[in-house]
Amino acid sequence: MAIEGADIVKAAAFLGAGLAMGLGAIGPGVGEGMAAAKTCEAIGRNPKEAGLLTRTMLVGQAVSESTGIYSLVIALLLLFVV
Amino acid sequence: MAYDISTWVNLAAFTGAGIAMGLGAVGAAIGEGYTASEASVAVSRNTKLSGDVFKSMLVGQAVAESASIFALVIAILLLFLDVPNPTLVKGAALFGAGLCMGFGAIGSGVGSGFPGGQACRGMVHQPAMASRLTTNMLIGSAVCQTPAIFAMVVALILMFVDFSSAPLQPTWAALLGAGVSTGLAAIGSGIGGGLAAGASCEGVARSPEAVGPVTTTMLVGQAVSQTPSIFGLLISFVLVFKTFPETAALQTAMALLGAGLCMGFGGIGPGIGNGMAAEGAVRWVARRVDHAGDLMRTMLVGQAVSQSTAIYAMVISLVLIFVV
Repeated sequence: MAIEGADIVKAAAFLGAGLAMGLGAIGPGVGEGMAAAKTCEAIGRNPKEAGLLTRTMLVGQAVSESTGIYSLVIALLLLFVV
Repeated sequence: MAYDISTWVNLAAFTGAGIAMGLGAVGAAIGEGYTASEASVAVSRNTKLSGDVFKSMLVGQAVAESASIFALVIAILLLFLDVPNPTLVKGAALFGAGLCMGFGAIGSGVGSGFPGGQACRGMVHQPAMASRLTTNMLIGSAVCQTPAIFAMVVALILMFVDFSSAPLQPTWAALLGAGVSTGLAAIGSGIGGGLAAGASCEGVARSPEAVGPVTTTMLVGQAVSQTPSIFGLLISFVLVFKTFPETAALQTAMALLGAGLCMGFGGIGPGIGNGMAAEGAVRWVARRVDHAGDLMRTMLVGQAVSQSTAIYAMVISLVLIFVV
């Protein structure tokens, strides 16, 4: 069975896309969970500021999410563009 | 030097058995060590209650142990399995079963240690709540075991479903992918569920009057923590039960293996993150039970955001299976 060059390139791109999105999802998942845990603590200590704290949590999580979105973009590029 | 097919199948099964038991022993041992360390601290605070603490430690450790017992069962089955008509696809399935159970037992073992340890500590703080602590510990650690049970189910399916009519290319990659998808995704959900359960035992001991809201928040938080492992199970089922047309192209095989790795790794982080959010919420529901509603809402919003990356991983996995 001869494997052609173009096939190997596509195979590597598909495996790479899976690894990129899979490994890339670990960090944001843990980081955003930490942010949510600390926000629950902060709301427990100061429930009057729940709105402000939720807003801060969401902004922080959005920044943490960015690396997950980078992984998604790279995975989609590997799947459909290169 | 050419080997016959049954040699390759045995090779795959024995390697899989080693991986299943080797990796499967990691989590339970860590979890039980945590429980024992907390039990020692608890006994040192109040030596009169050492009998209760000792009993609670052993019960907690027994639950944590079950994850590695699943791995032991799968390893022994792989060692002595009689394959009626060996094919190379079956070899891939057996190796996948070993990977699935080995990775899948890690999270549940570690996670079940947290409620065990916190129940031992709580017993010394609030001896009157001992039975309620044991109940919460058992419910919490039972939920922690579900990802390991998912992994065992997928491992058993891979071992006992007949794949002899499936083409070697690309089915081998689909079956390996099915194993790693559920196995890896179970790591996060197991640890995450344990964090929530540990906080609930701590909370019950701290404020016995908040036992209802604490248990509710724990169960909701754990349910959300389990979702990444359910995504992993879903991708595994698709990879096992979808029939793939025979192809010589390497790219199809790598797309299916990539789909399994993507969902597997992608489930780890959100599982742990959702558990951390639930831990924070449960801990503070116990302290500020009057704000249980606000805390539950914040937990769910935070978990939803943390979950998003698992959903990205699932989307990429489904694209790899059905589109490219």
